[in-house]
Amino acid sequence: MSSEKPADPAVRVPEKVHNSVSNSPARRKFLANMAGAAGGGCLLAMGVGFYANQARALPALALRPPGALAEEDFLAACTRCGLCVRDCPYDTLKLAAPGEPVPTGTPYFTARTIPCEMCEDIPCIKNCPTGALDPQLTDIGDARMGLATLVDHETCLNFLGLRCDVCYRVCPVIDKAITLDNLHNTRSDRHAMLLPTVHSEYCTGCGICEKACVLPVAAIRVLPPALVQGKLGEHYRKGWEEREKHGGSLIGDQVEYPVRGMEGKAYGDTRVTDDDKAPAAEPPPASDDEAGDTPPSGLNSRWAP
Amino acid sequence: MSRAVSRPGQDAIARKGWLAAHKWLLLRRCSQLGILALFLVGPWFGIWIVKGNLSSSLTLDVLPLTDPFVLVQMLVAGFVPAATALVGALIVALFYVLLGGRVFCAWVCPVNMITDAAAWARRRCGIKSSRAPDARTRYWLLLGVFIAAAATGTLAWEWINPVSLAHRGLIFGMGTGLWVLVALFLFDFLVTSRGWCGHVCPMGAFYRLLGKAALLRVAAPARAACDDCMDCFAVCPEPHVIRPALKKEGQESPVISSADCTTCGRCVDVCGKQVFRLTHRFDQRSSS
Repeated sequence: MSSEKPADPAVRVPEKVHNSVSNSPARRKFLANMAGAAGGGCLLAMGVGFYANQARALPALALRPPGALAEEDFLAACTRCGLCVRDCPYDTLKLAAPGEPVPTGTPYFTARTIPCEMCEDIPCIKNCPTGALDPQLTDIGDARMGLATLVDHETCLNFLGLRCDVCYRVCPVIDKAITLDNLHNTRSDRHAMLLPTVHSEYCTGCGICEKACVLPVAAIRVLPPALVQGKLGEHYRKGWEEREKHGGSLIGDQVEYPVRGMEGKAYGDTRVTDDDKAPAAEPPPASDDEAGDTPPSGLNSRWAP
Repeated sequence: MSRAVSRPGQDAIARKGWLAAHKWLLLRRCSQLGILALFLVGPWFGIWIVKGNLSSSLTLDVLPLTDPFVLVQMLVAGFVPAATALVGALIVALFYVLLGGRVFCAWVCPVNMITDAAAWARRRCGIKSSRAPDARTRYWLLLGVFIAAAATGTLAWEWINPVSLAHRGLIFGMGTGLWVLVALFLFDFLVTSRGWCGHVCPMGAFYRLLGKAALLRVAAPARAACDDCMDCFAVCPEPHVIRPALKKEGQESPVISSADCTTCGRCVDVCGKQVFRLTHRFDQRSSS
């Protein structure tokens, strides 16, 4: 590049220099260099921008420290200094090294490896210089690092009818963030299933349940709320809650209609008893050998007028 | 240029002795490694003097420091940080405004050791070919860094910034960042002489802008004694800064005034004629 400089002005452009300054080789060279520098610089920067935009997605199992701003703000606010990592007494937090799927240099933890122990004084937030970890979070119970989710109903031991209960037992917010909901076990027909149920109102996403899950691969996992939470329509009202709030039903008692074939029963009682079957079976089964004509049990009694 | 540019400083070693001919280089390495050590004795030996890294740190649990380059990116990305970061960045910025922005490049930045090594290897191997991008590339890139931050709303450059990546990597784990540094070495070694620090690095460009009126400067008070051995040009990471002061091109003052100068003091070391010295910007003493 620089070797052309001395040759140019002396040899081939004197006449051009005379009539127009704007075409002088020095100027041309300057402009070319400038354009090169600008182009190169901008290209590199653009590449960085695109890369950053693409790489910004946080993998579902990487959790931010307590008090972390929403991911979008967090990536603008975190200097990647690692003070939170240093101040975590349980070595829970790590700074993402280049090549990891987490935005380079930002702090995260993986619940199944080391969960957040929910320190009451929240030391990781104390020294954050920028407020990327919000200092307004003073009660660790208000942290929302993620939401525990019982993702696998096929392998969860409690869903299989056993009394594992480990996730429920270890939960720092036991009986609020995780409750055991009692359901009839239709398989054995005589036992209960106590299903671990997470309540987003209380779950901090600390991940202790995921760490403690006894299965080789955890059936309960802490995930980003946006990934696992549904949303009721704004206009939905839960009747039983409204009734409690107002001390009675707002629409009056429900009108009861008789169910055909169930006239003798209380509204909603669909149980089939022998009394129900008896009048429906017109011919006694003994008189007819064709098994196909045997009326099935249940609602369809094949009764016809 | 015909003299042994592959081994500049022989004359200085012969006249001053090896130690004096490497004084500033050794001091600089002490500074670079010492600062790194301050960060590392915590995680390695449990002696917590400085926590964090160059992007943000906390010294002895009282002194917060934040890289003003990161802070400006943050502001451009649309986030106003808490006071700690603002104060920390102000302290660092003031320090470099007074001392010279690119003092950071020569005395603190961990990448400097890599690019110095590349420059050394380049001289030793006699690699002359150099496809140098224009030195202004770094300012465009600096502008690009801010535009990228504004457009993505994130500290986009910090994803790949080799400077913070190197320092953070040494303290918190390098990962594949090692390859970025290897690539950087190879770029400086094989492609462009002083390519990264002298032409591309937007962080250096940022600190240069900070250090325009810096007090600490290199001057050539004994420039009359210069015998044109070119050793200073061979070792200087920004060779264009020397000529105006040494050869009175466009200035009478013997002080190297360009903010490109990193105040590394290597020219002071390698000059057998003791032409250069580290001084302040108002020191106009000159033998000619």
